[in-house]
Amino acid sequence: MAIAKKAVVWGLFAAGGTLTAFVFPALIGLYLLIASGNVPDGLQFDQIHAFAASWLGKACLFIVLFLSVWHAAHRLRVVAHDFGIRKDALVAKAVYTFAAIGTLLTAFYLLGI
Amino acid sequence: MSTRTRTLELEIMRYDPEKDKQPWFQSYTVPCLEDWVILDAINYVKENLDTTLAYRWSCHMMVCGSCGMMVNGEPSLTCKTFIRELPDKVRIEPLENFPIERDLVVVLDDVIQKLHKVQPYIIRKDPPPAGDQEYIQTPGQLAIFKQLTMCINCMCCYAACPQYALDRNFIGPAALALAHRYNRDNRDQGKSDRLDILADHDGVWDCSFVGACSEVCPKHVDPAAAIQQMKIDGAVEFWKQKMGIPGGKP
Amino acid sequence: MSRNPYVRPISTTTWYMRNGRYKVYMLRELTSFLVVFYSLLTIFALSALADSADRWNGFIASQQGKGMMVFHALALLYFLFFQTFPWFKLAPKAMPVQLGEKRLPDSYIIIGHYVAWIAVSICIFWLAGAF
Repeated sequence: MAIAKKAVVWGLFAAGGTLTAFVFPALIGLYLLIASGNVPDGLQFDQIHAFAASWLGKACLFIVLFLSVWHAAHRLRVVAHDFGIRKDALVAKAVYTFAAIGTLLTAFYLLGI
Repeated sequence: MSTRTRTLELEIMRYDPEKDKQPWFQSYTVPCLEDWVILDAINYVKENLDTTLAYRWSCHMMVCGSCGMMVNGEPSLTCKTFIRELPDKVRIEPLENFPIERDLVVVLDDVIQKLHKVQPYIIRKDPPPAGDQEYIQTPGQLAIFKQLTMCINCMCCYAACPQYALDRNFIGPAALALAHRYNRDNRDQGKSDRLDILADHDGVWDCSFVGACSEVCPKHVDPAAAIQQMKIDGAVEFWKQKMGIPGGKP
Repeated sequence: MSRNPYVRPISTTTWYMRNGRYKVYMLRELTSFLVVFYSLLTIFALSALADSADRWNGFIASQQGKGMMVFHALALLYFLFFQTFPWFKLAPKAMPVQLGEKRLPDSYIIIGHYVAWIAVSICIFWLAGAF
């Protein structure tokens, strides 16, 4: 039912937006540190591997990436509409497929750690 | 009271449905008093320069909502827009996103119909209080939705809303704020009745929180906030129904 | 008098160029591309982590360099000013807190968000062993 779907995807969008607003600046900051050559200790293979191997680590990483891709997907759908791409059903399928693939890949890699 | 004058050049959009293929601009030079609002300048044009100019206005005190127009590209209540805030050249156009009836008069049928659609009245499931008893509403309960009652239906919000511009089916800021006004009124029990309209794809979900509506609203109703709160209500309501949780507002 | 209402045309592709407010909105929405980019980058990092220490170290090495520094610095600024800060500013609208007859002032909610954001960021940097 289209109405119910909108409530769900908007909920994911809102949760993802809140999460990315809080977490992404630090995440980008970490990439900035890495790029500068000052790789933080916790990102050495042994430490980060141990973190991702723990259930807490898996949960954190999964939630962050899951909400981020669904937030981005819904937002891209709105951006497409705002730029004049009116084939909403098609755009929706495309962006949510991307989010689903992102979610599956995240789960797959995390389970492999 | 200041008697200092200022000369403004008004560029007013004209359109005669019987004569014109499309709208055009006519220029008027208007001697104004410093403390005028732009509506005073338009009235001067009508009274002294060009009686054929058609436009809506009434109270001249920001309560009737008749005089909404585009002033230098911004949806404005012309009785609230002081000329001291404006440059010497002022472009006056009919409210954006509405069909032009004639000159500065727009066709508002669409939004009038939408205001009706949201059932803007107290809906009761329980019988009303018996005899002479009145509904009880504390000042605190009133404060929750009072801001939303301030809407004067000037439609500046629709002129500002790009989602309404892109899709005239969108129910729009004023209608949604009005629905929320009743949903948050403790005397009302009609939230579920309004849900179908609001949860529809032309309802709250079309809004992308641009926020322009709240920025231009002359009465500070803040329809953008109302719509976000309804989205949250809608999302929560969906999960409650899914999980079979009863309760909440009927 | 016959009616002949005139409908003004609007461009569905360039409407946002009409005023500053709309342009800022579009820039805000375009931060979604950054979310896509960093999500994909992090998923790629996870694939390296799941593979081997060599692949992880290779990934880290590939992320170093002046070009990447400039990109991340610009991305950080863009994200802060067009996603994080606007999100905080709009938060009070979605979550009004009624205290009797008064409403909790918006500034309390906004400042609360900033404090939480700083705390979360410090936690993330500490967990990552940055200090």
